Amino acid sequence: MGLTKQSMGTNIIKTMPTLKDMHNENSAVIALAGNPNTGKSTVFNSLTGMKQHTGNWPGKTVATAFGSFEVKDSSFLLVDLPGTYSLLANSAEEEIARDFICFDKPDATVVVTDATCLERNLNLALQILEITSSVILCINLIDEANRKGISVNTDGLSEILGIPVIATNARDGVGLHDLKSAIYDLTMENTQTNPYRIQYDQSIEEAIEKLESLLPSPDPIYRRWAALRLMEGDIDLGLDQDTQHKINRILKDLNMNRNKNKDLIATSIVKQAEAIAKQTVSFKHKTKKSLDDRIDDIITSKLFGIPIMLLMLGVIFWITIEGANYPSHLLYNGFFTLEGYILSMFRWLKIPKVLQDMLIFGVYRTLAWVISVMLPPMAIFFPLFTLLEDLGYLPRVAFNLDSFFKRAGAHGKQSLTMCMGFGCNAAGVISCRIIDSPRERLIAIITNNFVPCNGRFPLLIAISSIFLGGLVNSQFTSLIAALTILGTVIIGIFVTLIVSKIMSNTLLKGVPSSFSLELPPYRRPQIGRIIVRSVFDRTLFVLGRAVAVAAPAGLVIWLMANISIGGDMSILDLSANFLDPLGKAIGMDGYILMAFILGFPANEIVIPIMIMGYTRANMLIDMESLDALRELFILNGWSYLTGICVMLFSLLHFPCGTTLLTIKKETGSNKWTFLSFVIPTVIGMGVCFIITQIFRGFGLA
Amino acid sequence: MSNNIKIPLSSLPIGRHGKVMTITSEGPTRRRMLDLGFVRGTDVLALRKSPLGDPTAYKIRGAVIALRQEEASYIYISELI
Repeated sequence: MGLTKQSMGTNIIKTMPTLKDMHNENSAVIALAGNPNTGKSTVFNSLTGMKQHTGNWPGKTVATAFGSFEVKDSSFLLVDLPGTYSLLANSAEEEIARDFICFDKPDATVVVTDATCLERNLNLALQILEITSSVILCINLIDEANRKGISVNTDGLSEILGIPVIATNARDGVGLHDLKSAIYDLTMENTQTNPYRIQYDQSIEEAIEKLESLLPSPDPIYRRWAALRLMEGDIDLGLDQDTQHKINRILKDLNMNRNKNKDLIATSIVKQAEAIAKQTVSFKHKTKKSLDDRIDDIITSKLFGIPIMLLMLGVIFWITIEGANYPSHLLYNGFFTLEGYILSMFRWLKIPKVLQDMLIFGVYRTLAWVISVMLPPMAIFFPLFTLLEDLGYLPRVAFNLDSFFKRAGAHGKQSLTMCMGFGCNAAGVISCRIIDSPRERLIAIITNNFVPCNGRFPLLIAISSIFLGGLVNSQFTSLIAALTILGTVIIGIFVTLIVSKIMSNTLLKGVPSSFSLELPPYRRPQIGRIIVRSVFDRTLFVLGRAVAVAAPAGLVIWLMANISIGGDMSILDLSANFLDPLGKAIGMDGYILMAFILGFPANEIVIPIMIMGYTRANMLIDMESLDALRELFILNGWSYLTGICVMLFSLLHFPCGTTLLTIKKETGSNKWTFLSFVIPTVIGMGVCFIITQIFRGFGLA
Repeated sequence: MSNNIKIPLSSLPIGRHGKVMTITSEGPTRRRMLDLGFVRGTDVLALRKSPLGDPTAYKIRGAVIALRQEEASYIYISELI
């Protein structure tokens, strides 16, 4: 999961390549398996570099990445399987990982494990060894383990498991060369494996023996694995009726109970992982309280847990706003200077005045606004947010807030999907795949829009600076803006919980499904990688999308302002007049409402459309200071009430076009897509209407 | 030393250890708990509660796992003294 170029915006809805498209006859297929949080994706990235594609599993809502790499003269196709703890339980991810290893028969499977928590990771490794003998164990994060006084005897482990074992620190590239050589040797059959075989209780082993003889496969590993699955009775192995009948009789004769078998099998694997870890992993200082524990003591404490969370978010917003100020002005001035040159060039080329105006006042200035207002905050916000993500802070957020979500009948991981929504709501909707229960996943999808995405920040920053920043000394303007955004986020969380609760009691009735959340060890983030990833993967991509929408939108609005039907009123004024009564009733006006409607393709362009509407497409606004914008707004009848309602409506209105398309794709349902549009819009209008009535009732506006 | 009295994991006080005895949940939840390592005889440490009192984080087999009160009440342990 995470916000990447592939997971945001319109790329989400494009058809993804499937494994078949990627596979070339000559390259060996390598599966990459492992628990979540083991640095699996770092291993994937380090092995494949830039040669990656993201795709969907056919018919499943689980995304995966494929990539290629070369060793000596051979090329390899690496398939990143979903991160799972086991292959036994019944989640979509586990099924995919199991089926791929079992039925697609990759030439080799690399199991990435976390050296700091090897015992638990061995559970999955042992299960994979039951399916295929062509396995390499990659012990990642070895540096962190060493720092924590944990040492792993890789040779011993290799001997016990009968497969190559490679220690890596993928973040710094340590051990990757060895890993590649091991993959090469294994697929070229230079290495022979002698995979560890899990020993089960007497009763299970006896049954395996009886069942194996009935199975037609020539592969003894597969026969043993299939016999175990038959005892659990969960999957259809496609056996003919006669064989299935015989098997059922054997199981009946042995008086076997599926559930008891499942318990015995799962327990044996866990116990043997424990025994192997005991022989190969040693701890230096056992009793000392770890640094992670001490950090968690504070970060998740009753007293400080939630305040620290809010403080961090507030600080991130503040740094973003404060830091973006200067570069924004610089960019705007640059664009302004450039505009002069473009204008001279147009005149020299003798381009007609109408066309000049259309391109400069319509397209160019909208673009200039979007870029200079959007780029700096994104370039600051994304790296800061990725930093929190990489540190491992987000699961702590889920831990702190879970109780609220439980009471709302929602899933605890919904807070993680909301975090993704800060970057982009479409990405947030996709990330809801981490929630297994369909009911809770729908709740998370429909409410994701209540988290203000990056595209809505500029509006919130501008309006709050103008209308609330004026209340204090100018040096505190950024602080007020940061607090306002924080307040907006809190309102968003509050609305999310209320809507989740209402949906849990009405349309999506049900009790919360089972929930377990791992709090992984904190990780040292890779600052360089964070910056590269946030700038190239996120910032430039999101900006590109905003620009692609802003240019045509600028053109449309310019045309609307300059074409009149019948009398002397432009289409723009006509539409705004038409919307005005509704706009006024909810504390805004027709131009604002129209800006929100025309901003449907991307929220970033709402403010430029407002400005164009008010200035009749002249966009004569000087961005040197926000004062000009304030004057323009006040001239057009804005009050504090207008400011508050615009900010609230920005938080509570229909999702942008990309997000809606993503919702349609993820839910496959028109009904839920429609509701995702209607619910926030109705709430937004209702809230703004009530606030307006209160303000007017008290004579405040 | 264990006192052999079965109590649900959800009532294990913070900072105390217990040994897993039985799991009473069924189906996929039961399987998930087994996969997480909650099998008979496993040592569990109640690490901390979330700020609102639920869920609770447990240390089990070297990993930190948070469980809601409901899930934890289906796991029976004997508290170690």
